[in-house]
Amino acid sequence: MKTHYGKYGGQYVAETLMAPLRELEAAYEAAKADPSFRREFEELLRDYVGRESPLTCARRLSDHLGGATILLKREDLNHTGAHKVNNTIGQALLAKRMGKRRLIAETGAGMHGVATATVAALLGMPCEVYMGALDVDRQAPNVERMKLLGAKVNAVTEGSATLKDAMNEALRDWVANCDDTFYVIGTVAGPAPYPEMVRDFQSVIGREARRQCLEKYGRLPDEAIACVGGGSNAIGLFAGFIDDPEVKLVGVEAGGKGLATGEHAASINGGRLGVLHGAKTMLLQTGDGNIIDTYSVSAGLDYPGVGPEHCHLHDTGRAEYAVINDDEAVAAFEALCRFEGIIPALESSHALAEAIKRAPKLGKDKLLLVNLSGRGDKDMENIARFKASKGAKQ
Amino acid sequence: MSHRIRDAFAKAKNEGRGAFVAYLTMGFPTIEASERAADEAIAGGADILELGVPFSDPFADGGVIRSAAYEALRNGATLNGIIALAGRLRAKHPETGIVLFSYYNPVFSMGLDAFAEAVAGVGIDAVLVVDLPLEEREELLTQLRPRGVGFVPLIAPNTPLERVQASEQGIGDSFLYVITVKGTTGERTALPPDLTERLDAIRAAVHLPIAAGFGISTRAQADEVSRHADGFIVGSALVKCVAEGRPPCLN
Repeated sequence: MKTHYGKYGGQYVAETLMAPLRELEAAYEAAKADPSFRREFEELLRDYVGRESPLTCARRLSDHLGGATILLKREDLNHTGAHKVNNTIGQALLAKRMGKRRLIAETGAGMHGVATATVAALLGMPCEVYMGALDVDRQAPNVERMKLLGAKVNAVTEGSATLKDAMNEALRDWVANCDDTFYVIGTVAGPAPYPEMVRDFQSVIGREARRQCLEKYGRLPDEAIACVGGGSNAIGLFAGFIDDPEVKLVGVEAGGKGLATGEHAASINGGRLGVLHGAKTMLLQTGDGNIIDTYSVSAGLDYPGVGPEHCHLHDTGRAEYAVINDDEAVAAFEALCRFEGIIPALESSHALAEAIKRAPKLGKDKLLLVNLSGRGDKDMENIARFKASKGAKQ
Repeated sequence: MSHRIRDAFAKAKNEGRGAFVAYLTMGFPTIEASERAADEAIAGGADILELGVPFSDPFADGGVIRSAAYEALRNGATLNGIIALAGRLRAKHPETGIVLFSYYNPVFSMGLDAFAEAVAGVGIDAVLVVDLPLEEREELLTQLRPRGVGFVPLIAPNTPLERVQASEQGIGDSFLYVITVKGTTGERTALPPDLTERLDAIRAAVHLPIAAGFGISTRAQADEVSRHADGFIVGSALVKCVAEGRPPCLN
């Protein structure tokens, strides 16, 4: 079992969680080695999620940009509308196998919460989701979805009332109820074995995309680009190409109002090494080691840390990490709507914006693969609000 | 190396009682007020002080200590300021055991070498880090050990006995903090029925003193626990006293 990625990762948790983590490690190792677990997971991905997800060529957008061809890995077409469900199915099956009765989760934009509530309904397990009060407000449709699916949504008003505070509250629940409760973490952060486990469940994205690209274009993409909050969709995409050194891996962090303003969520580009939520990783923090309130127009990227493997990929140079600001992400969001008839999630729009920046500088023979990690229906109100605030300033 | 923690437990034992370990959130409501509360806790019988360092993300704490931590941070408390406060307490109370109680990030952020130097310099006897289990603690212990500063490990209800024994190795002048319940800090009306049995088993398996904490808020609970442990820890109940403007004491 992999617990560290270079100097990152580990199990920095309260002692009460060490036994549950050991239990989880053992159960996951056993499940991985069990073909029936694998089969059940893959069957649900096919028959319930609707995989494989298509690889779509963004033809009009690429022609408009006049450079490289942009390919979209369509995780937005998954059941529940994002890549998150790949992971929640894996973890919920594991929970069932471990005899855990109840699922809990944290959520930011609400996509992981919806994906957990969905699989809880599918498997007949009670589910509680912790969500920052600020996110409950800005992602109201997802709160309704979770409730419809039978989950209890707990708004967390403490601290910055966003994803990190939701995770704190989920950890408190888990400490108190670890005997019968499985904590479904939504990203490649947290203590080992979560970063490895979530990566494994999400690696289907990269494996499919690699095969689809080879089938359709007879070669690998030149660059694979994905947004990074905690970093699960990016790790899932990168996993397919990690052993292909000719494929450039690009993570895109949320620059919010710009790195220089301090109002952003770019942990790798703007953070410092620290320890939070069980892992040693790059963190946005004060000089005294307190965690800073992050900001991004996209709730799903609004997290002060990042998965430890991303920090390691950054250190080794295997992946590079760019920053896209709110304005650029929203412009990319609108471009995809108008040019391709696809409404992307604001999170995924960050990855798309980076591709839009890069494409014109590259030749027409180049392929840029973008992970379209989720759909943007949830963001309608958010976009309107963002544009209204811009309009007010002008 | 100091022996204040060992001595505090020995003294309590000689007097036929459990050592009283008092946790207070430092900087709550202000640095000055928390220093006064620490003085009062000692006057009220505390043998060992746990100086809680407020952190922005107190994921192991219940409501009382969390609220105190947020207010302390709003009022400007920092790890550096609390270490300086510990120095002032040390000057006034040369016998009292002083444990610095923190989450790991503020400690790590300071730099482990600088942190160990600072806590040793002001006469802090030991350090407790909530989210630094056996597997991860060595990087800090290699800095604390040569400076004679102890490390207090947490023992959970689900910690196996072999792990308890491993936890007490190489931690200097210290004790084992036995968590009574699975959960966060905070008062409980009843302690778990199997607690005394577990305390007996742990006590028989280790060399260092053991103190039980989480959920202890009354003298009666403290007395009950003291029959099976070398000491007891009171946190939330004392912080609540401070929040209500009263001296922190056990009723």
